[in-house]
Amino acid sequence: MNKAFINTMTQSFISLTESAQQRILILDGAMGTMIQRYSLSEQDYRGDAFKEWHCDVKGNNDLLAITQPDIIAAIHAEYFAAGADIIETNTFNATTIAMADYDMQTIAKEINLVAAQLARKVADEFTAKTPDKPRYVAGVLGPTNRTASISPDVNDPAKRNVTFDQLVEAYVESTEALLEGGVDLILIETVFDTLNAKAAAFAVQQVFDARGDEVPVMISGTITDASGRTLSGQTAEAFYYSLRHIKPFSFGLNCALGPDLLRQYVAEIAQISECLVSAHPNAGLPNEFGEYDMEPDEMAAHIAEWASSGLVNIVGGCCGSTPEHIRAIADVVQGVTPRALPTIDVKMRLSGLEPFVH
Amino acid sequence: MSEQFSTFINIGERTNVTGSAVFKRLILNGDFEAALDVARQQVDNGAQIIDINMDEAMLDSEAAMVQFLNLIASEPDISRVPIMIDSSKWSVIEAGLKCIQGKAIVNSISLKEGEEPFIHQAKLLKAYGAATVVMAFDEVGQADTEDRKVEICTRSYEILTKVVGFPPEDIIFDPNIFAVATGIEEHNNYAVDFIEATRRIRQTLPHVHVSGGLSNISFSFRGNNPVREAMHSVFLYYAIRAGMDMGIVNAGQLEVYDEIPLELRDAVEDVILNRKDDATDRLLELAPKYQGGGKVAAAEDLSWREWDVKQRLEHSLVKGLTDYIIEDTEEARLAAERPLHVIEGPLMDGMNVVGDLFGEGKMFLPQVVKSARVMKKAVAHLQPFIEAEKDGVKSSNGKILMATVKGDVHDIGKNIVGVVLQCNNFEVIDMGVMVPCAKILEEAKAQNVDMIGLSGLITPSLDEMVYVAKEMQRLGFTIPVLIGGATTSKAHTAVKIEQHYDGPVVYVPNASRAVGVCQKLISDEFRPAYVAQLAKEYDVVRDQHSRKKPRTRPVSLAQARENHVTIDWSAYQPPKPQQLGVQSVSASIELLRQYIDWTPFFMTWSLAGKYPRILNDEVVGEEAKKLFADANAMLDELASQQTLTPAGVVGLFPANTQGDDILIYTDDSRQKVRLTAHHLRQQTEKKGKPNYCLSDYIAPQSSDKADYIGAFAVTAGVEEDALSDAFKHAGDDYNAIMVKAVSDRLAEAFAEYLHEKVRTELWGFAPDEQLDNDALIAEKYQGIRPAPGYAACPEHTEKQPIWDLLEVEKHTGMQLTESYAMWPGASVSGWYFSHPESRYFAVAKIQPDQVEDYAARKGWSVDEAEKWLMPNLSD
Repeated sequence: MNKAFINTMTQSFISLTESAQQRILILDGAMGTMIQRYSLSEQDYRGDAFKEWHCDVKGNNDLLAITQPDIIAAIHAEYFAAGADIIETNTFNATTIAMADYDMQTIAKEINLVAAQLARKVADEFTAKTPDKPRYVAGVLGPTNRTASISPDVNDPAKRNVTFDQLVEAYVESTEALLEGGVDLILIETVFDTLNAKAAAFAVQQVFDARGDEVPVMISGTITDASGRTLSGQTAEAFYYSLRHIKPFSFGLNCALGPDLLRQYVAEIAQISECLVSAHPNAGLPNEFGEYDMEPDEMAAHIAEWASSGLVNIVGGCCGSTPEHIRAIADVVQGVTPRALPTIDVKMRLSGLEPFVH
Repeated sequence: MSEQFSTFINIGERTNVTGSAVFKRLILNGDFEAALDVARQQVDNGAQIIDINMDEAMLDSEAAMVQFLNLIASEPDISRVPIMIDSSKWSVIEAGLKCIQGKAIVNSISLKEGEEPFIHQAKLLKAYGAATVVMAFDEVGQADTEDRKVEICTRSYEILTKVVGFPPEDIIFDPNIFAVATGIEEHNNYAVDFIEATRRIRQTLPHVHVSGGLSNISFSFRGNNPVREAMHSVFLYYAIRAGMDMGIVNAGQLEVYDEIPLELRDAVEDVILNRKDDATDRLLELAPKYQGGGKVAAAEDLSWREWDVKQRLEHSLVKGLTDYIIEDTEEARLAAERPLHVIEGPLMDGMNVVGDLFGEGKMFLPQVVKSARVMKKAVAHLQPFIEAEKDGVKSSNGKILMATVKGDVHDIGKNIVGVVLQCNNFEVIDMGVMVPCAKILEEAKAQNVDMIGLSGLITPSLDEMVYVAKEMQRLGFTIPVLIGGATTSKAHTAVKIEQHYDGPVVYVPNASRAVGVCQKLISDEFRPAYVAQLAKEYDVVRDQHSRKKPRTRPVSLAQARENHVTIDWSAYQPPKPQQLGVQSVSASIELLRQYIDWTPFFMTWSLAGKYPRILNDEVVGEEAKKLFADANAMLDELASQQTLTPAGVVGLFPANTQGDDILIYTDDSRQKVRLTAHHLRQQTEKKGKPNYCLSDYIAPQSSDKADYIGAFAVTAGVEEDALSDAFKHAGDDYNAIMVKAVSDRLAEAFAEYLHEKVRTELWGFAPDEQLDNDALIAEKYQGIRPAPGYAACPEHTEKQPIWDLLEVEKHTGMQLTESYAMWPGASVSGWYFSHPESRYFAVAKIQPDQVEDYAARKGWSVDEAEKWLMPNLSD
C-alpha cells in the first residue's frame, strides 16, 4: 500500500465521513425527469457530434453529456442549488453493454469521462462558492439492461445473455473513466440483479487495486414490487449480505417504489447495515399516465419521518423527483440527527434468495 | 441437545457426484431436471445450505457446475438457501462463484500447495464475496491427530485474518473426519481427535466455524444404514457439544440420538469415543442384527394427492411441481368435455391464482416463471388431443409479436412475458427494443401474427403506444394489442389507447396474467365474451377516472385569461396586406410537387425514415425507392393527363380581437363585423408560461391598432375519390391507395405553397423570404397557419367561418360534412396569423367555466358545446 493510496482514500473518505456524522447528506434527484422537461428532439440528442449516426439516439440520455453538456450541467447545478451534497453523474446506461442498444459501445468510455468531468466542474464551482459545504460527485454505475442470473430463454433456463466476466470488463472500463473524470465516489445503483452488482463491485475493486487508490463506494438496490424482492428474487437483507463484503460507504435502496411503499425495506436495511444507509425513492408510483405526481411537500414529509425515526444517513430522489423535491427534502432533514451506526454481532451472514445468519 | 442442534447447520450432501451415485448418473446422463429434484428434496428435507460437487473425471466439471448453478438460479425453492461450491479445482470454484448472486461458501481452500496460492485464492474469495471452508491440510499433508489439526487451522487463521484481511466469521474449518472402526488400530482415535481439535479451535480462534463430512466416519459400515445412522447421530452428539456447528449430512437420514436402541447406542459410543479396545469388534458383531431395519428415507408430504384434480393442478402450478402434472392433466382431460376446456378451465384458474399471489407479493417472478413451465408441460400433453379434434381449434396457440416501443430500451419485463408465453406454446416473435411503429406493423403484417404486445417502461412510451394504436386503426388492423410495462396502467389503456383502436386492447398487469389473456384472445369460443367484458371494465375505469382530479391543476378561465400572451401592441405595427379580400388560387401539379414533404408519405406506407435518407436505408431503402418511383410516375400521369385539378381559395381580412374571439370586419373601416371566429384558451396551471389562445396574436380592439387575419382552403382535387375508385374497380388496390397518398401530399404541398405566397406577396410581410423546401417543412418562417380541428383550435365547427368567408365550395368544390370533416380527403384549411411571436400549441383540457363561456359566445346550449368540445373536456 503506497502513500498515494492512503492520501487519496483518506481525503474523500474522511471529509465525507465527517459530513455524514454531522448531518444527513442530500443526494440529487431524477436526471431523466429533468431532461424530459427540455423536450429534446432526435436532432438535439445527436448534436453536431453524432449528426450522421446510423440509428436513432433519442432517449440515450447519457449521450447528452457530449451533445448537450450545457443542459446536463444546468441540471446538476439546479440540484446543487436545491441543496444536494452529492450529485450523480449522468452515466446510468454508459456501459459498453447498455450502449449497444444504440450501437454506441465504443463511446461508453468517453461518455463516462465527459460526464464525470462535467459534474466535477459544476461541483467545484459550488464548493468554491460555499467552501464550508463541500459538494461531491458520485460516479454512477447502472445495472445495464441484461441480467446475469435470469435466463432470457424459457426453453433453456441455464442460458444467460451476459456473463459475470463480460460485466466486469464493461464496468472496469466505466469505472476507470469515471475516476479519471474526477468523481469522489462510485455509486452502484438501481441493482435489480445482485449478480450484476457483484460484478460491478468486483470490477471497482479491481480498478482500485490497479490504480493504488480508492474512493468510497455506495450501493443502492431496487425492490421491484410488493413481494419485497429484487427482480432476481432476493429479499433486502439477502441482497445486503451478498454485497457487504466490499465494505460499502453506504447501502440503500432507490427507484421502483415511492417513499410510502419503500419505507419498510429501508427500515429493514437500517437494522442490519453496518455502513451508512441511503434512500432515494421515486416521487410516488407513476400514475396511470406514467407521471410521478407526489408533490415535493408530501415526499419530504415521508422522508422527514424516516429521518426522525433514525433510518437514514443519505437521502435523495429517483424517478419523478425534481430540484423542488430535493429542496423540500433538504429543508426537512436539516438539523435532524443522522442514523447512528448500529453494532452488529459478528456472524457469518450468507444468502441465497433469503438471508442466512450463523 | 435440542438447543445446540438448532444452531447446527445442515448442509445437503446429495448433489455431489463424488458422494451420490444417483446424482452422478443423472449428471452424466445430462438429466439435469431430475438432478434438480435431488437438490429440491434436500431443501424440502431441511438442508439449510446445499453442497454442489461436480468433480468427476468423465465430466467437464466447470461446464457442469455452471450449468447446474444457472439452473438452480431459476428454481426459487432451491436457490432460497445459500450454496456451497464444492470442488478440489480452483477453476471450477471460480466459475461457480460467477454464477451466484447470493453469498456462497466455497469448499475448500487449504495450505496444501503452500501459502502463495492460499493467499491468492483467499483474496479472490474476498473480492467475490464468499465464505470458505478451510481444510486442515498443509504442505506436509492432511492433519490426522488433534495437535496437527489445531496447528494447521491456527496457521491458516493467522494468514487469513492478518495477511488477507479475511473476515474470521466467514472461515469454516474442516479438521477432517476420517473413518473409524476400520480394523486399523491407528484409526480408532480419529473421532476423538476431531472432537477435541474442534473444541480447541472454537476456543482459541474467535468467530470461526467448524464443519465436516459426516458420512466418512461410518465408511466401514457401508451397506448397513441403521448402524451408519446411529454412528452419525452419536458422533454429532459429541462433536456438536465440542463446537462443531456445521456439517455435510443427509438431512433426511439422521436417526434421533434418543431413539437409537440402547444396546446399539452403547456399542457405537464405545467406537466413536474410543472407550474400549474391543469396541470395533463388538459393533461388528451387533451390526447384522440391525441390518435392513433402517428407516426409509423421509417421504415427501403427499397428502395433497388426495385432493380433487382441480386443486391438485392448482397446487402443482403454484408450487411449480412437474412430477404429477401429466398424470393430473390426463385425469382432467378424461373428465372434460373437450381437451381445450382443461386449459381454459382448471389450468387457467391455477395460473390466475399464481397471478393473484404474485400481485399480493406472496410469489415472486422466478416462481411465476416456474409455474409457467409447469403449465407448458400440461399444455404439451393436451396438444395432440386438441389437434386430434380437428374442429377448427388452432393447433398451435398462436403467434405474438412483441416489441418495446420506439424511444424505449427497457425490455426485461417484455422478455419475461415472452418466456411465459413460449412456455404455453405461443410462438413469440420478439422484435427487441426501440422498435418504430411502422416496423412493428410491417412485421405484424408480414408474419401474419395473431396479436401484438407493446412494452415500455418510460413515460414517453405511453404516447408512442397511443400512436401505434392509432396507426393500427388507420391501417385497418383488427388483431388484439396487449399493453404492458412498468408505466402502463389499466386507466391509461382505457382512457388513452383503447378508444383509438377498434380491435381489442388489453392491459396486462404482469407476466403471470399474459397467458390467461392470450389464451382467451386466441380462442374463437371465449374471445367475444372476453372482449365484451373488457369493454365494460374499461367503461368503468373511464368513469372512475373522470371523477378524479386532473393531474395538472386547472385554473379558472378568468385566471387563464389574466395569464394571456403579453404582446406590447403599442410598440408593434401589424403589417397590412398588399391585397385584401378573397381570391381563388390554382396551382399546377408540377409546381406543387416541389413543395412536397415526402417523409409522411413513407409513413403512410409503414416505412419509417426521413426523406431523402430513407431511399438509401439498409432495410427499407429498396422498398422506399420503388414507392418513390411509383409516386412520381403517378404525379407525372396526373400532371400530363390533368385528371386531378388542385384548387384553392385564400382571403385576407381586417380583424381585431375581443376577449378570446376574433372579429373579422367587412372592410378596413372596421365598422361592421362580418363574422366572428371563436377560440379556446389553455386552462391548466402554467409555470412561467402563458395560457395560450390564438386570439392573443391579433391586436385587441382596445389597442386601436389595425390588424388582419387570413384564411385558406386547398385541395388536391375533387377528382380524388373517383380516381381511386376507378383503380379499385380495375382491381388495382395499390394505385387506389397510391393516388390518395399522393393527393394527401399535394394538398399539404398546396398549403405550404400558398402560405409562402401569402407571406411574400398577398400579405407581403416577408417579401424577401428565401427558404428552401427543407426550411419550409421545418417552419422556419414568420407566422403560423393553424387548422380548425387540430391542437391550437380543436373545435371543428370553426371551419364554418372559413367556408363562409371564402365561399370555399363555390371556389373549389370542397365541402364540409355534417361532422365538419372536409371532403375530399386530401384537403387542408386554416387561418393565417402574421405576428412574429405566433406559435403552435395545444389547447388540451378545458374546464366547465370555459365550456359555458364558449357556448354563450357561439350561441349554443351547454349540451351542444359539450358535444363539440368532447375531446377537450377535462376528464
